[in-house]
Amino acid sequence: MSATADEIIPYTVKPRPDTGLFNAKMGIWLFLSSEVMLFGALFSTYIILRIGAEHWPRGATILNVPIGTLNTIVLITSSVTMVLAWAALRQNSLKKFRILLGSTILCAFIFLFIKTFEYGAKFEHGLFPKYSTYMAIYFTLTGLHALHVIGGIIVNSYLLGPGTKMWYSDPERFTNRIEIAGVYWHFVDLVWIFLFPVLYLL
Amino acid sequence: MSHAHSHFDELPFWRKYIFSTDHKIIGIQYGLTGLFFLLFGFCLMMLMRWQLAYPGQPLPIIGHLFGEERMPGGVMLPEFYNQLGAMHGTIMVFLGIVPLVFAAFGNYVVPLQIGAPDMAFPKINMTSYWLYYIGGIIMLVSFFVPGGAAAAGWTSYTPLADIATMGQTLWIIGMVFIINSSLLGAINFIATIFQLRAPGMNFMRLPFFVWSELITAFLLLLAFPPLEAAAVLQFMDRIAKTSFFLPSGLVVSGQPLSVSGGGSVLLWQHLFWFLGHPEVYVLILPAFGIIAEIIANNIRKPLWGYKSMVYSVITIGFLSFIVWAHHMFLTGMGTAISAFFQATTMIISIPSVIILTALFLSLWGGSIRINVPMLFALAFLPMFGIGGLTGLPLGLSVSDIPLHDTYYVIGHFHYIVAPGTIFALFAGIYYWFPKITGRQMNEFLGKIHFWPSLVCMNFIFFPMMIQGLAGVSRRLYDGGASYTFAPKILELNVLISFAAWILALAQISFIINFFWSLFRGKKVQTDNPWEATTLEWAAPSPPPHGNFEVVPHVYRGPYEYSVPGATKDFTPQYQETI
Repeated sequence: MSATADEIIPYTVKPRPDTGLFNAKMGIWLFLSSEVMLFGALFSTYIILRIGAEHWPRGATILNVPIGTLNTIVLITSSVTMVLAWAALRQNSLKKFRILLGSTILCAFIFLFIKTFEYGAKFEHGLFPKYSTYMAIYFTLTGLHALHVIGGIIVNSYLLGPGTKMWYSDPERFTNRIEIAGVYWHFVDLVWIFLFPVLYLL
Repeated sequence: MSHAHSHFDELPFWRKYIFSTDHKIIGIQYGLTGLFFLLFGFCLMMLMRWQLAYPGQPLPIIGHLFGEERMPGGVMLPEFYNQLGAMHGTIMVFLGIVPLVFAAFGNYVVPLQIGAPDMAFPKINMTSYWLYYIGGIIMLVSFFVPGGAAAAGWTSYTPLADIATMGQTLWIIGMVFIINSSLLGAINFIATIFQLRAPGMNFMRLPFFVWSELITAFLLLLAFPPLEAAAVLQFMDRIAKTSFFLPSGLVVSGQPLSVSGGGSVLLWQHLFWFLGHPEVYVLILPAFGIIAEIIANNIRKPLWGYKSMVYSVITIGFLSFIVWAHHMFLTGMGTAISAFFQATTMIISIPSVIILTALFLSLWGGSIRINVPMLFALAFLPMFGIGGLTGLPLGLSVSDIPLHDTYYVIGHFHYIVAPGTIFALFAGIYYWFPKITGRQMNEFLGKIHFWPSLVCMNFIFFPMMIQGLAGVSRRLYDGGASYTFAPKILELNVLISFAAWILALAQISFIINFFWSLFRGKKVQTDNPWEATTLEWAAPSPPPHGNFEVVPHVYRGPYEYSVPGATKDFTPQYQETI
């Protein structure tokens, strides 16, 4: 084995004493700060459009609140299993980890399935993004969020599948990876927790 | 960690030079691609200058190469002129200068200056370059789709951009690639600077260039996402026919637009300038950094006020997020908001002036070495000064009202980015060339490059400010030939155009110098030919994969020149005793 760039870069696994972080953990928090700005701009757009609108429908009159609630529960469950998956690795239990991360991915798929059903129901009633600025912001925000869910599924599936082999060579680093993926996943969950009341309830 | 450096196996060519994860190769990739786009964007502008100097006359020889739909009979169509204008801005800012000044120099120099073996995330670094590359290709391809490239200005104001031809959609897609590239780059730079500093390299020992890159990275990280959001919304407007930026009752060419309406035109401008103004500092802060390095090296004494420069650059970073609406005084957003933004705009000029003043005062009493990098650095100071001072009238809403959208604005911001940032780029290339290649660039050719460039830049941009003060709009396809009130002023258009073309000739000596020096330049005798103090000069020239033979330790600040009692006039950061 030749030395790769990874091996000479310090603090890939152990935290740097003065910052208290390993590299990837700082990276994911920086990434999330940019994500906050992205969704922040979109929420600001929502506010500006709503303030400027003559008529703005209450979300519950158009969207299906029980289904939205169900989806919220699904996503929160997936966040819980995500953090438990990380905890399982800390306890050296790869089997438990596989079940828990698998459930996270399953929940993510259920979320997308329900979302697709919701979209389909809207399209059937002729409620396309071009119907009104409310529908436009609804589809844009939830669509972008769904893309983030898909991104999470890809990352988590990699970690559950081929990525797991790192567990045998460098368990600490693999555990760190799950933590990083978890931080991202909780953010995706958090965005939905903002989206749900803003779009469905207000 | 220190022992592994020399144990790299030889990588195959495509891993070593194409899909490389080495920060130095990626820096060079950014540099070459960026220089290509800089030249390409310059060529677009030279075409426009023909039309402005000789409106409606056929462009000799090359005019016929552009085809009937762009320049029938060699005469430029207004649609093509608009494409050139929009793409000149887009390419220069997003594909030329930012990738060069932030990514190319940053990638090559920052890890070396902080004593790191590489960037914190080498694979993300590679991804960042290739996203930028794809974004650039999409922008180039957009010239060849039906209707041509984006033509709604580099700001892509709605509703014009919403109803523009297909080139605008490609502009959005290209921008999304470029934005994501910048985001990954910014994350990488911040993590690298926080995490990978060598032992002893505390924050007040960072070279000023590293500081400027750090703040720039934060600006990119936090200011670009709102533009990405705006791009997504405009994409929805164009593809899904939503009305985010289309107000109710919009009539285009006498026909009412069949959209739901209810959108906000101002919203685009807010989202765009929320990026757009920090972007101005993205363009200038790394340039400050390069200039500070070169000036400190060539005055042979410490920079005057290093700490106040650091605090100033941090202050600029914060303030740059609350000045954006000074681009929008004429949108009718209200006097209270205008008053707020003109106040913040005046405040942000203070730290900028502190940095410039510190650099000027640094010259005082130094035994200045005049070489090509220093010439560019010295020219930067007054040129940026003119650019900055001419910006003040634009930051005050009263004086902005007559000046808005005139050539005055063009003259002002080009003084900042052309003889400002681009001079800093050239200074940096001449300065770090020996580190990157192990060879010096030719001084004589460098001077032939420098002096005509300096003169021509002033003959281009100063007359523009005169035209602008006379009220000539920046958006005119015929350069104002239809104006009857200012024929004397419009004669300047010919002067400006000739200056631009001579400027192009001056760049030939740079191109020759660049390639000639690459293969035939004088080899440097030591790793530290400029007798500099910062860490990049401790590494071999060019540095191997992994950079340093042993992890350097840092014992002192970045600019310890002419330390009393020292045997030499420079005391490197990695030297334990003087």
